[in-house]
Amino acid sequence: MAEEKIRVLIAKPGLDGHDRGAKVVARALRDAGMEVIYTGLRQTPEMIAEAALQEDVDVVGLSILSGAHMALLPKTVQLLREKGLDHVLVVAGGIIPDEDVPKLKEAGIAEVFGPGTSTQTIVEYIRNKVAEIRRSRKNA
Amino acid sequence: MFDKEALEKIKERQEQWEETTLQQWLARLPERDELFRNLSDMPIARLYTPADIPDFDYLEELGFPGEYPFTRGIHATMYRGRLWTMRMFSGYGSAEETNERFKYLLKHGETGLSVAFDTPTLYGYDTDDPMAEGEFGKCGVAVSSLADMEILFDGIPLDKVTTSMTINAPAAILWAMYLVVAEKRGIPWTKIGGTIQNDILKEYIAQKEFVFPPKPSMRLIVDTFEFGAKYVPKWNTISISGYHIREAGATAVQELAFTLYDGFEYVKAGIERGLDVDEFAPRLSFFFNAHNDFFEEIAKFRAARRIWAREMRNRFGAKDPRSWWLRFHTQTAGCTLTAQQPENNIVRVAIQALAAVLGGTQSLHTNSMDEALALPSELAVRIALRTQQIIAHETGVVNTIDPLGGSYYVEYLTRKMEEAAYEYFRKIDAMGGMIAAIEKGFPQKEIADAAYRYQKEIDEKKRIIVGVNEYVSDEPITIPIHKIDPEGERRHRERLARVRRERDNERVRQCLERLRNAAQDERENLMPYILDCVRAYATLGEMMKALREVFGEYREPIII
Repeated sequence: MAEEKIRVLIAKPGLDGHDRGAKVVARALRDAGMEVIYTGLRQTPEMIAEAALQEDVDVVGLSILSGAHMALLPKTVQLLREKGLDHVLVVAGGIIPDEDVPKLKEAGIAEVFGPGTSTQTIVEYIRNKVAEIRRSRKNA
Repeated sequence: MFDKEALEKIKERQEQWEETTLQQWLARLPERDELFRNLSDMPIARLYTPADIPDFDYLEELGFPGEYPFTRGIHATMYRGRLWTMRMFSGYGSAEETNERFKYLLKHGETGLSVAFDTPTLYGYDTDDPMAEGEFGKCGVAVSSLADMEILFDGIPLDKVTTSMTINAPAAILWAMYLVVAEKRGIPWTKIGGTIQNDILKEYIAQKEFVFPPKPSMRLIVDTFEFGAKYVPKWNTISISGYHIREAGATAVQELAFTLYDGFEYVKAGIERGLDVDEFAPRLSFFFNAHNDFFEEIAKFRAARRIWAREMRNRFGAKDPRSWWLRFHTQTAGCTLTAQQPENNIVRVAIQALAAVLGGTQSLHTNSMDEALALPSELAVRIALRTQQIIAHETGVVNTIDPLGGSYYVEYLTRKMEEAAYEYFRKIDAMGGMIAAIEKGFPQKEIADAAYRYQKEIDEKKRIIVGVNEYVSDEPITIPIHKIDPEGERRHRERLARVRRERDNERVRQCLERLRNAAQDERENLMPYILDCVRAYATLGEMMKALREVFGEYREPIII
C-alpha cells in the first residue's frame, strides 16, 4: 500500500510580510511529493491552529523574519496542543537568533531552520520525522 | 559609431581567433563547467567586442551626463560635484533609542537620515493594538503619534538634514507627523527635504505591507503628489521601489521592469487627477537594489535612466528635463547576506555598493554584516558606513563620470536589460496595466518562479555562495549581536497612554470624523485633514482605523 502523502501547512504568523522563504519551501515540499497548504500572510496563532485542525495536517511550518518569534511561536504550539493536535510536527524558519532556539525547542518547536538551509535538508527532516511519528502512532 | 568595414574586420579576426588561439587554449584548458549566466538568467558570452553592439550610436544611446537620455548620469558633474548621500536605513525600539542611533550615524559622517519603522507602524496599528503583539520595535522604530515623532527627530536640524521614511500604506500620516514636527519648530515646509516611500504597488507585488485596496491607495498617493507640489516642493513624495521586488526573489530584469512600470502607473494616476505632469514628475524618485552580479547591476541602473527619460518624454509628454531624470537611492541586497561567516558580508556589501556608485546612484545604504542575524550593532553599522566613505575617498572611482560607459560588455548588457524590460512592459500593457496584472498574480508568480529557481541553483551547487554551500566552516560566530532593550516598549506604551489621556479628546473625535467624511468624498485631498488629526495628537491607529472603515482592506490572491 502506498504511503499516505504528507500534509504540510506553511504559515506566516504576525505582521511579517517576508514571504519569499515560505513560498520557496512550500514549492520544494510540493515538488518532493507532499501536499502543501499555504495560509498567506498576517496569521494569528489562533488562525494557524484552526487551519491545522481543519486541514488535518502532519506538519506545521512557521516562517517568521520579523523578530516576533518568541511571542508568537510558543503560543501557536500551545494552541495546537489545546486542539488535541499533539502529533503535529511543528517546525520554524526565518531570522531566529541561535540563543532563542533552545527556548523554542522547549516550547515544542521540533526544529528551527535558519538562513542558508537547503530545501533538501528540510524535505529530508520532515520525511524522517513524519515517518517516525506515524510509526509510533500505529504502535501506540 | 563603428564603420562597417572595421566591424567586418573585427568579426573576421574574431573567427580566426576562435579557430586558432582559442581552440588551442580550450584543448589544453577547457572552460570550467559553470553557469556562465547572470542572475537574470541571460547567457553571458566569453568575450564582447564592437561586433556585439554593431549599430551602437553614442549620441543616441549615451549622450552626455546631465542631458537626455541621461544614460551616463543625471548630473553634468556627478560625483565630482557632490558625492551621493550616505543614508543608512535605521530604526529599532523606541523613538529615544533610534534618535540616539541617528545622532551616532551623523557623528560618523552619515549625510542623510533614513527611518525604519516597526511592523505595527507599517501596517498602521498603535503599539497596544492586539495585532501588534510581539512586534514592538523589532523591525524598526515604533511611532504611534506625533509625540513619538517629536522625540525621534529631537535635536536633528530638519532644514539641514534630509530624511527618508520607509513607509507605505500610512505614508501620508507619517509624512504629516514630520511636517507638523517642522511646523512646531518654526521651520517652513519649503525648507525641508526628504522622501516618503509611499509606493503601494510594490507592496502588493512584493513587500506585502498593504492595507487598503488599490483604488483608495492610489488616491492617497496622488493626494501627497498634489499637496507636496504645492506646499513642500523639496520633498520626494514617492520612492518607486524595486528593492523589495528584488528581495522577494525577482531577477534584475524583473526588478527593472516592474519598478518602472509601477512608475508609469503613478504618473498616469497623477495625470488622471488633472495634474500637469511637469508639476509632480520631478519629485518622483526611485529605489533600487544592488545585488551580487556586478556588471548586471550597473547595466540595470544605466538602462533604468534611459528608459525612464524616454518614456517620460514620449509616453507622458513631459517637457521639464527634471521630469525625465531618474533619481535613485540604492541599498545593497539584504537577501545576499549570509548568516554563516557574517564577516564575509562586509566584502559582499563593498562590491555591491561599488556597483551602485558605478551605476550613478544619488543616495546609498550599505547593509551591515550582521543583518542575517539581527538588527545591526553599532560596530557593524559603522563598518557599513565606512565602506561608503572608502569608496568615496580612496578608490578614485568618483573622479570621472560613468567610467564603464563604452565597455562593449556593459553597453551590450544595458541594451539587453532594456529590451527585456520592454518585453515585460508589453505583457503588462496587454493585461491592462499593473493593477490588473497584480490582481491576476502575474508579477508575484514571475518573482516566485525566479526565487525558486535561484534557491534550486544554490541547493544543487550550480551557484556557489561562499560559506553557505561551499567553503563552509563550523567556527562559532563571534561578532556582537544587537539586542533590544524591553524598557523601550514600556516607555513607549506609557507615552501613548499619556497622549490619549492628556490631549483634547473632543477635538480628536471631531478631526477623525472630518477625516472619515473627507475620505468618503473622492474630490477631497486628505492631507489637510490628516494634518489636523496629527496636530490634535490623534494616533496612527486611530487615523488608520477611520480610513480602514471607509476604504476597506485588501486581500491578496495567494500565489505559491
